[in-house]
Amino acid sequence: MATDTARRTLVVAGNGMVGQKLLEVLVERGATVEWDIVTFCEEGRLAYDRVGLSSFFTGTSAEELSLVAPGFFDSAGLEVHVGDAVASIDTEAGKVVSTRGTRIAYDALVLATGSYPFVPPVPGKDLPGCHVYRTLDDLEAIRADAQGRRVGAVVGGGLLGLEAANALRSLGLETHVVEFAPRLMPVQVDDGGGSALRRRIEDLGVSVHTGIATSEILEGPDGRVCGMRFAGEDDADLPVDLVVFSAGIRPRDQLAREAGLAVGERGGVVVDAACRTSDPRIFAIGECALAEGRIWGLVAPGYQMARVVADRILGGESTFGGADLSTKLKLMGIDVASFGDGFAATPGAESIVFSDPVANVYKRLVLSGDGSQVLGGILVGDASMYQTLVQMVRGDMPTPPNCEELVLPVRTGDGAAVGMGVESLSDTAMVCSCNSVSKGAICAAVQGGAVDVPALKACTAAGTGCGGCVPVVTDLLKLELRKAGIEVRNNLCEHFDYSRAELFDIVRVHRLTSFSQVLADHGRGLGCEVCKPAVASMFASLGVGGGYILERSQAPLQDTNDHFLANLQRDGTYSVIPRVPGGEITPDQLIVIGQVAKDYGLYCKITGGQRIDLLGARVDHLPEIWSRLIDAGMESGHAYGKALRTVKSCVGTTWCRYGVQDSTSLAIEIELRYRGLRAPHKLKSAVSGCTRECAEAQSKDFGIIATEQGWNLYVCGNGGMRPQHAQLLVEGVDHDILIRTIDRFLGYYIRTADRLERTATWLNKLEGGLDHLKAVVLDDALGICAELDAEMDRHVAEYECEWAATINDPEKVARFRTFVNSDEPDPNVVFVAERGQRRPAFSHEKQEVRSS
Amino acid sequence: MTAILDTATLTWQDVCAFDDLVPDRGACALVDGRQVALFRVSPTDELFALSNHDPFSGANVISRGIVGSKGDVPKVASPMYKQSFDLRTGTCLDDPAVSLPVHLIRERDGRVEVAIT
Repeated sequence: MATDTARRTLVVAGNGMVGQKLLEVLVERGATVEWDIVTFCEEGRLAYDRVGLSSFFTGTSAEELSLVAPGFFDSAGLEVHVGDAVASIDTEAGKVVSTRGTRIAYDALVLATGSYPFVPPVPGKDLPGCHVYRTLDDLEAIRADAQGRRVGAVVGGGLLGLEAANALRSLGLETHVVEFAPRLMPVQVDDGGGSALRRRIEDLGVSVHTGIATSEILEGPDGRVCGMRFAGEDDADLPVDLVVFSAGIRPRDQLAREAGLAVGERGGVVVDAACRTSDPRIFAIGECALAEGRIWGLVAPGYQMARVVADRILGGESTFGGADLSTKLKLMGIDVASFGDGFAATPGAESIVFSDPVANVYKRLVLSGDGSQVLGGILVGDASMYQTLVQMVRGDMPTPPNCEELVLPVRTGDGAAVGMGVESLSDTAMVCSCNSVSKGAICAAVQGGAVDVPALKACTAAGTGCGGCVPVVTDLLKLELRKAGIEVRNNLCEHFDYSRAELFDIVRVHRLTSFSQVLADHGRGLGCEVCKPAVASMFASLGVGGGYILERSQAPLQDTNDHFLANLQRDGTYSVIPRVPGGEITPDQLIVIGQVAKDYGLYCKITGGQRIDLLGARVDHLPEIWSRLIDAGMESGHAYGKALRTVKSCVGTTWCRYGVQDSTSLAIEIELRYRGLRAPHKLKSAVSGCTRECAEAQSKDFGIIATEQGWNLYVCGNGGMRPQHAQLLVEGVDHDILIRTIDRFLGYYIRTADRLERTATWLNKLEGGLDHLKAVVLDDALGICAELDAEMDRHVAEYECEWAATINDPEKVARFRTFVNSDEPDPNVVFVAERGQRRPAFSHEKQEVRSS
Repeated sequence: MTAILDTATLTWQDVCAFDDLVPDRGACALVDGRQVALFRVSPTDELFALSNHDPFSGANVISRGIVGSKGDVPKVASPMYKQSFDLRTGTCLDDPAVSLPVHLIRERDGRVEVAIT
């Protein structure tokens, strides 16, 4: 801790999205301990969501658009001047003067002044009825002015222009878009994409005029706008009542210019990789900054700059090295995406184009000359393959040989897949049962500025109890951010800029076998409790080290459950669950389990998965307990792992009067086939011998129901926190097809799911849903089935009980000790008797036990 | 390691061989009746010693957590509810109001020694 108590002052000029992000990061990182942070907010409103601005016209209030949590500026060390702006900077003295005359000496100054709309210098541009589209005040002015008007036009057919057009449309005006370039969104899409986009927009009743230049805004007899005139001789005048200019942005660099800071030839405050201007005490971020030689007109790079500057102010070394400008957005309900080298600028690049002029879908895929690598693309009308294609561009996912299928419509579809993700939850749905937090409360918190999971936990308490809802909270967060147009990266943790699926492909394709190598080549830092077990699970799924999870370099990566091959309980003891395949167990095995439980004082409970849980085992007893169970012919049940748990079954034709097939034998075969298979989360299965469904197969990750014709396979069901019925994947198939289909389903899930994402959630989020899954595992649409089959065959061939492997290795057994320097047990583990067994004492009971 | 304490007054106790500690995996030692979680962190092999008692769960499990980093801070995450603690100071990174007692630890001639502070 620094002993220097002298406080320093940071002045932030601007409270837009990026300026506010800077404040949030600084507060979160504890900067206010040493810094007084003074913000000047020129607008009469604190930071709000400019990306979602057009929703203002469809009912979203200014308050809902706010990005500043109530009371945010009340915290110690924060001060904000609303309606006041920095007017001048004295760089020598290190002082700013505000418009209202406030003078403040600064130790560091951050310019976050943003941009202003570019208005082409045409006569009449300042007439009443002419507007720009940038701030909430602008929008309020447009709304007030649109009252009683009939026709509106937007100058500019780019991203913002179309947003503005949507706004005019929402206000009930006949809407025209006038674009100088030969097509709409000229920066993001090519002519083909522009045409599809144009037809779709025209279908919505918006008139599009491309390739024409506005030369004059015409004045009517009442002194306000009455029409537009164009430069082309053949272009007739367009009568309009209202004009919105949205023809691009320009950086607000006036303040920097006057202070003598370096600015770019075409504007923008020049900054280095630290986002530092030519004056070392002054930074610039967001749309006023010229970083890497350009203005970054998206919010995500602005946020990156904010984080870099926050880190620099706190003495860090972060740098801004540019950002990926791949974008996917919904404009007036139309999907538009542009990524990588969409215009095929790479020498030798080839394009595959799919164009459906009836449905107005356009897809262009740009490939390297030899077709081996996706370089980029443009998607209009259907951007469902965006994520996959972006991963291919980044090289994180291999480009399949039959690339054309990536842009062709999936042929097996029986209709559109229904989205069942968190979006389908009602606002009142309880997400965090521990703290009674509803979906609505979480979404409101995100809109209120809680833009990451820790912030959401802090302001709603969701996820701070048992933590079971954190995946749902995370999905809601991403959903809200996506709605707000913020690019959501699905990074595993701070050590990797990849999602689990991306990292899995990296590990698989590069055949990486150690965490240190994965971290050195693709990550940073030392790793953590999130990425280490995730990578260890990938190694296990891929058979690294023969699939043995306590192999020397892998042991330190495992969560305590996998490390001790048992489940940690609340008192620090562990539970033991031997595998009982299909729920079938012999009397002799039952006797051994009972005897072991008596000898080690274990509490016994029958689980929901048809097996027996033995609780309260001390770490140092685990190897002895397992030796005895293994001697009796039992093996690990992997109850501690993110792996296959149980395959529940009914007695089927063996005993039941109604059974139509031998469900028990199939359940045992399946349980033995997939035992030990590591996955992003636990896997449960069941086999029912007839449609009475006594094994409850439709609530499992994969469940099988016997019919007279063969087996029906249902997938992605769930009991647990959010019950969900499994969906039918194949019907009436024979044994071999059934097994292969399950192999591929599990393989595809393991490759592509997020960490701790059950199959039900995975399917809900899978683009294309069940139809896509069918295409992949039944029709081999991605050309990966041979690989998935081989991976599962290897798993089956290499499986070994990890408890047997552990007790046969004295060095491994030696790890099962409570203390390195004593054989004593943990004195903090205290039991009390209840209903003829023992259970861990609660803290008030411990005192009684100790004192007696 | 801290240089402020007068090390002459400290009592160092031998707890185990340096090689008994697996890199990046904790172990627990019993020192004067106290449970001390020991960590050997790669790549530098730096040693850390903190209380083994997890204040959030009340169980003695800190030594069974996964070590790693948050930013530049070396940390261990409790295996129970996953709160992280700074290995150097014991401060809980998720709740700075909570911290674990920290002890002194050193390697001498291939042995690990702990001094309760």
